[in-house]
Amino acid sequence: MTIRHHLSDDLLVSYAAGSLAEGWSIAVATHLALCPSCRRSLSVAESIGGDLLENISDNASVDHSWASVRARLQQAPKIAAGGTPETPPAGYSGGLPEPLRSYVGGDFDTLKWRPLGRGAYHIPIRTRDRETMVRLLRIPAGKPVPEHSHGGRELTLVLNGSFADGGEVFARGDIEDADASLTHQPVATPGTDCICLAVTDAPLKFRSWIVRAIQPFLGI
Amino acid sequence: MRRKTDADRTPDMVALLCAVGARRDLDAYEALFRHFAPRVKAYMARLGGDGQLAEELMQETMIAVWNKADRFDPSKGAVSTWIFTIARNLRIDAFRREKRPDFDPNDPAFVPDDAALADAELDAREVSEQLHEAIAALPEEQAALLKLSFFEDQSHSAIATRLNLPLGTVKSRMRLAFEKLRTALAHFGDVS
Repeated sequence: MTIRHHLSDDLLVSYAAGSLAEGWSIAVATHLALCPSCRRSLSVAESIGGDLLENISDNASVDHSWASVRARLQQAPKIAAGGTPETPPAGYSGGLPEPLRSYVGGDFDTLKWRPLGRGAYHIPIRTRDRETMVRLLRIPAGKPVPEHSHGGRELTLVLNGSFADGGEVFARGDIEDADASLTHQPVATPGTDCICLAVTDAPLKFRSWIVRAIQPFLGI
Repeated sequence: MRRKTDADRTPDMVALLCAVGARRDLDAYEALFRHFAPRVKAYMARLGGDGQLAEELMQETMIAVWNKADRFDPSKGAVSTWIFTIARNLRIDAFRREKRPDFDPNDPAFVPDDAALADAELDAREVSEQLHEAIAALPEEQAALLKLSFFEDQSHSAIATRLNLPLGTVKSRMRLAFEKLRTALAHFGDVS
């Protein structure tokens, strides 16, 4: 698997800093699970946090805190050793990666899809942040996602199948980062339904008035 | 031979943390505590906590350092980076009441790194020094953005509003800064 479309630096740095909302972070963390190259960039970004922490200016005395933490250590129960890591079943690599799998509560074969019309399905994903909408989308093979532009940003992470958009192909692990200026029409590649994670920060604006009219009922 | 730097005169944090991990060495832990506790508390306080909350979160962080010390892997990065990630995760939980989605290296769908790269032994101290010099050499406007991002829990659009800059400018300064730091570390392994 070769990933061609990677995380932008601003997403990586925000995720490393801990300032990225939960919805965006699901897409970022799931891409990271599939992309060793972006994980190496993440470790650079986290090292920036380490350096800033090391050089933060503060000379407060910690004698009092030390006494209290020391007492807590002695009360603390002995820590059980962490469980041995599970060995992944050989050859299994195509499933839904964590953390996404836990968010949707199952893998490809157990998902409970809700119809979205025109053969498309979705599964809304709940988060505790208030700025994003997160959903898993299934676009039928060979069919377009209705053409739309955005009120804000949209991250689309491909998990199965692929789609083409603006002359580029996005396959498993690839992430498309679209902003408000882009009107686009992704089309699922023939052969396999395309399953992707879509995170937006505002309701999508569909061009077609019919789609717009029913949008409130679809919840997209 | 490597030149002497500040880091060579301070106690070796890696050795201290490994002593805690391997044999619950309380003296080593105290030395770590006295070094990092004021820093972690300042980090928590800058993110908007009152003094009491910053103290509690600092203590939670330092107790997690004691409990998880045996999981620290010196080949993956500096002690300060490892402690930063623990503090950051506790802070997200406490201030935003959100989960922090994270990947799981034991997940069967996780794609591991090439063995050759994963085995590359990095001198964590050398990497930290190199990074520190690169951060110090950043133009003030770029360094300030990094600090806002890491210390103030602000999204890039919130930073743009606060500095009265277009979002595109904030993102391009961030990209420039990150590109320089990544390049500064590139010869330690394929991090570009």
